[in-house]
Amino acid sequence: MSKRYVSLWFRHLVADWQLIRRPELAGVPYVFVVPDHGRKLITAISPMAEAAGIHAGMRAADAKAICHGLEIFDEKPGKAEKLLLGIGEWCIRFTPIVAVDPPDGLILEISGCTHLWGGERPYLKDILTKLKDKGYTVRGAMADTIGAAWGIARFGQITPIIPAGEHIRALLPLPPAALRLDELTQQKMRKLGFRTVNSFVKMKRSVLRRHINDHLLLRIDQATGQEKEFIIPLQVPPEYEERLPCLEPVITAEAIKIAIEKLLEALCKTLQKDGKGLRSATLKGYRIDGHIEEQKIGTNRPSHSVSHLFKLLEMKVPFITPALGIEVFTLAATSVEDIFTRQDVLWAAKPGLDDLEVAELLDRLAGKVGAHTIRRYLPDAHYWPERSLKPARSIQEKPAMDWNTDQPRPTRLLPEPEKIEVMAPVPDLPPKMFVYAGQRHEITKADGPERIEREWWMDEGEHRDYYCIEDKQGRRYWVFRSGHYDSESPLWYLHGFFA
Amino acid sequence: MTTKRELITELQKSIRLWEGFKPSPAGAKGIPGLEPIEAAFPNRVLPKGVIHEFLCTVSENAAACDGFLSGLLSVLMDGGGACLWINRSRQTFPVSLTMFDVAPERIIFMDLTKERDVLWVMEEALKCKGLAAVIAELDGLSMTESRRLQLAAEESQVTGFVLRTNARNINTTACVARWQVIPLPSETEDDLPGVGFPRWQVDLLRVRNGKPGSWIMEWSADRFTAIPMEDHTGHQRHTGVEVPLRKIG
Repeated sequence: MSKRYVSLWFRHLVADWQLIRRPELAGVPYVFVVPDHGRKLITAISPMAEAAGIHAGMRAADAKAICHGLEIFDEKPGKAEKLLLGIGEWCIRFTPIVAVDPPDGLILEISGCTHLWGGERPYLKDILTKLKDKGYTVRGAMADTIGAAWGIARFGQITPIIPAGEHIRALLPLPPAALRLDELTQQKMRKLGFRTVNSFVKMKRSVLRRHINDHLLLRIDQATGQEKEFIIPLQVPPEYEERLPCLEPVITAEAIKIAIEKLLEALCKTLQKDGKGLRSATLKGYRIDGHIEEQKIGTNRPSHSVSHLFKLLEMKVPFITPALGIEVFTLAATSVEDIFTRQDVLWAAKPGLDDLEVAELLDRLAGKVGAHTIRRYLPDAHYWPERSLKPARSIQEKPAMDWNTDQPRPTRLLPEPEKIEVMAPVPDLPPKMFVYAGQRHEITKADGPERIEREWWMDEGEHRDYYCIEDKQGRRYWVFRSGHYDSESPLWYLHGFFA
Repeated sequence: MTTKRELITELQKSIRLWEGFKPSPAGAKGIPGLEPIEAAFPNRVLPKGVIHEFLCTVSENAAACDGFLSGLLSVLMDGGGACLWINRSRQTFPVSLTMFDVAPERIIFMDLTKERDVLWVMEEALKCKGLAAVIAELDGLSMTESRRLQLAAEESQVTGFVLRTNARNINTTACVARWQVIPLPSETEDDLPGVGFPRWQVDLLRVRNGKPGSWIMEWSADRFTAIPMEDHTGHQRHTGVEVPLRKIG
């Protein structure tokens, strides 16, 4: 597919930014300067100052002499780059591939994007009007190559949109500088009397190389498309991403849901075709005011089911604030996994953890009450009761070992053992009576002790002697004595309740 | 020509159907050992795909209740089913479930603190046909809430258990049965020392279209065993929570 590019040129980038920040400067000529060998050198000019004949590279003192009431500001280093970066990120709503073109431009690769705006003309118009509304002086052009778009944006006179294949003809009447030449080459061109591209572009390459340099040849090839040129996008677009520009800014929850559904339908189709399933996704809403609303979802197992993913995203809708309206939605699958079975065919006869419905239920629950509330436990190789199990990492993780069933364990385990008062006839016999929560319990039956040693490599402390005891009424408890029975007054704890 | 009696039986059957009692499919298994209790239910089988509520207000009773429930789960989850257990107290100790022939790793626990979340999650889970059972600890349960849960369970045929932890507001609900499980002194063979198998007094306080009653149950050798009242020597009748016995439905 042939590519299309848009080049944007911000003539007064820093000056525009200053005016947006300080609207009282309207009607005042101003410049930005940097100190240079004890003088002040102008680096950026406002449109009014430019009209007064000031240009970059002049000294501030000279400028003041020719322009009355000139305001002078110190330039903030790196400001222009920062501004370009910000505008570039804002432009991602128009295309996923945006690159900064220093010192004062942006390059957008727009292949396959314009139809969403109803054609190239409304597309470019939309970009330019929105940037102008923000307060930036901007020129933009569209062409088949980066070089041609760059030249037309800065030097073009007639139309900013160059139809496919016409870019060479459009470049012909432009000055040589439109080919992105360095200062030295431009000087040579001027000396040789080349005023337009047309005057030299058809000359023999060997002649051009001999009289001027290789740089010119490279630039000509890049502008005509004979030499491929690559840009480094601000963000690497995810492999699976869908975008949906809205004709009218979207405000209602209902409209957001429709947008989500449309995006999902397209995304799931691609995923299905590639045999992939989505594990996590990010939904972005680009608002009119430049803010980006972002919501993330995750699934327990790869899925490309529109209805399921829609349910997950639907729960995020209340958290999206459209404010004045959302112009563009993007939905990107941030991580995908292979799906080996076609989901709509798969049907588990046996319910269980492998069941798709269960996995989808858990996704929904995680979306509403948080994934941290869902726990599944697997056995762990520890005798210490609190450590004898560990949370499973995923829904499909199987136990790596058998559950330890040598000794009975209580159905309810207190998160922290509770101290109890105990009466035991002989210190190493099970207790005869204990007091818990203000109630006396007479013990009639008991099993034990079961000694559980501290895992000294993990923590220090006494071992525990556990007894399973039953009181007169049949209530069964798990109690332990901390430490050895020799000690003066051994400490007893209640740790659980048996069924 | 149908007799009056047959006609009434037919009518009762259809009423039960409207009330959410699906006739169990032919050859449906009951709970082994639980036959005496199952006889108290219509169709003489423990109804599945409905909501059962259990009163467990103190930790000791709750533990007994967990044990009895786990016994039921071992049958419900037979064949690899999964279960969702919504915990508010976070005390249920998964390791112990192996004692009741339940694989702990097949249980999905949910730690929730807000009652609203518990109700929402339970209703969502009850709609999921892939689960064998849903268990939730709840403080209170209003008529409307219980009806919503009951309808969800009827639709999906997933069995729901509500463990009610607050004795003060025991109101009428749409649940099909209200249970209470109280620990009883265990017995060892030949009065050997040590603690015997778990033994409980299981009360059916309320059964829709059934007969409430009280039984003594023991869990041994991976199944329930009914202990005749007179055989239970150390038997002391517990009244537990004072709940007026009233038949509903």
